[in-house]
Amino acid sequence: MEHLLNIFIKSIFIDNMIFAFFLGMCSYLAVSKTVKTSVGLGIAVIFVLLITVPVNFLVENYVLKAGALAWLGEGFADVDLSFLSFMVFIAVIAAIVQLVEMVVEKYSPALYNSLGIFLPLIAVNCAILGAALFMQEREYQTIAEATVFGVGSGIGWMLAIVSIAAIREKLKYSNVPAPLRGLGITFILTGLMAIAFMGFMGIKL
Amino acid sequence: MSNQEKEPMFSAKIRKIFTTPLGKENPITVQVLGICSALAVTVKLKPALVMALSVTIVTAVSNFVIAALRDYIPDRIRIIVQLVVIATMVILVDQFLKAYAFDVSKQLSVFVGLIITNCILMGRLEAFAMANKPWPSFVDGLGNGAGYGIILIIVAFLRELLGSGTVFGYPVMQKLGVYSLGYENNGMMILPPMALIVVGMIIWFQRSRNESLIEKK
Repeated sequence: MEHLLNIFIKSIFIDNMIFAFFLGMCSYLAVSKTVKTSVGLGIAVIFVLLITVPVNFLVENYVLKAGALAWLGEGFADVDLSFLSFMVFIAVIAAIVQLVEMVVEKYSPALYNSLGIFLPLIAVNCAILGAALFMQEREYQTIAEATVFGVGSGIGWMLAIVSIAAIREKLKYSNVPAPLRGLGITFILTGLMAIAFMGFMGIKL
Repeated sequence: MSNQEKEPMFSAKIRKIFTTPLGKENPITVQVLGICSALAVTVKLKPALVMALSVTIVTAVSNFVIAALRDYIPDRIRIIVQLVVIATMVILVDQFLKAYAFDVSKQLSVFVGLIITNCILMGRLEAFAMANKPWPSFVDGLGNGAGYGIILIIVAFLRELLGSGTVFGYPVMQKLGVYSLGYENNGMMILPPMALIVVGMIIWFQRSRNESLIEKK
């Protein structure tokens, strides 16, 4: 239990998707103009991560890994499909995102309208594939660990996008030098926030 | 068609397709694409260079393939088709790096795989390759890859020089003898936040030189 909590906290604060690995920056920069839409996108990302990371974990451990196909019989014990992992992961993610899109369209048209084109773009959000690849690289042992890691990463991502959106809303009233307006100042602010987040680095749970 | 064939391979138009993404339409600082996997690999020049090359190759070839297939791809499933083409290219690049440049491949870790979700690829496929012939698309891919590479290399150069005092691992600062004058490496530059701030500065510089890029209030 303590171990899971450790992974959870670590994936939110210390290995934050945006501040430590710059993953999902495209939608982070594009959608962070108002708090409302960024909350919506953040929730969508958490939801997609909650589903895709465990599914990809199962795929990794029962299909792709060296020897993972042993459950099919003796002859499959030394099959190694790990070179296919990129393609399989992205296919799983694209399918699940499509599903989420349909659900959101049906149950929350307002959210669907405000997220506009960014919902399909979650499929190519680096944070989602990044989480799957980190899950593979860090070799989480159980599905519980993978799920907790996925949700934690999603929450960390949402935390980042909502806080930058709040700052950008206030920024409208400040006098930013003209060439820095918009994109430039957002980069610098993200950098400053990342420095603040580095304060969490020393935490050992 | 015959008209197209007469067009020389390196006409002014083609050259323009190549050069605009280097500056005025730069994928990172102007189009805001592909920042995702860009910044984490810029601590040292070598991985940044490898990353830039990989992205350029993948962008150019997948642009070419999609442009060649553009009339046969049903509109509804185009994203999946594009992802499959990109993923195939990235797998090839990844296997190549693992075979011939294992240490760099280890340093890049998951970021080679993340080329798949690099927004430059999808962005260029959607915006350019789906509507143009294969050769211009190929050049467009090269140009955008190079425009991305330039930013990556500038950031990596500054971070490696100021953070570790080296360029491609060569101890420049030590050879210049500035350490004996009391110079210290700025450890801050090695940390991830500085990549963002350096890119912010590049954007600032570029936009102050080129007024037309300044965002409206």
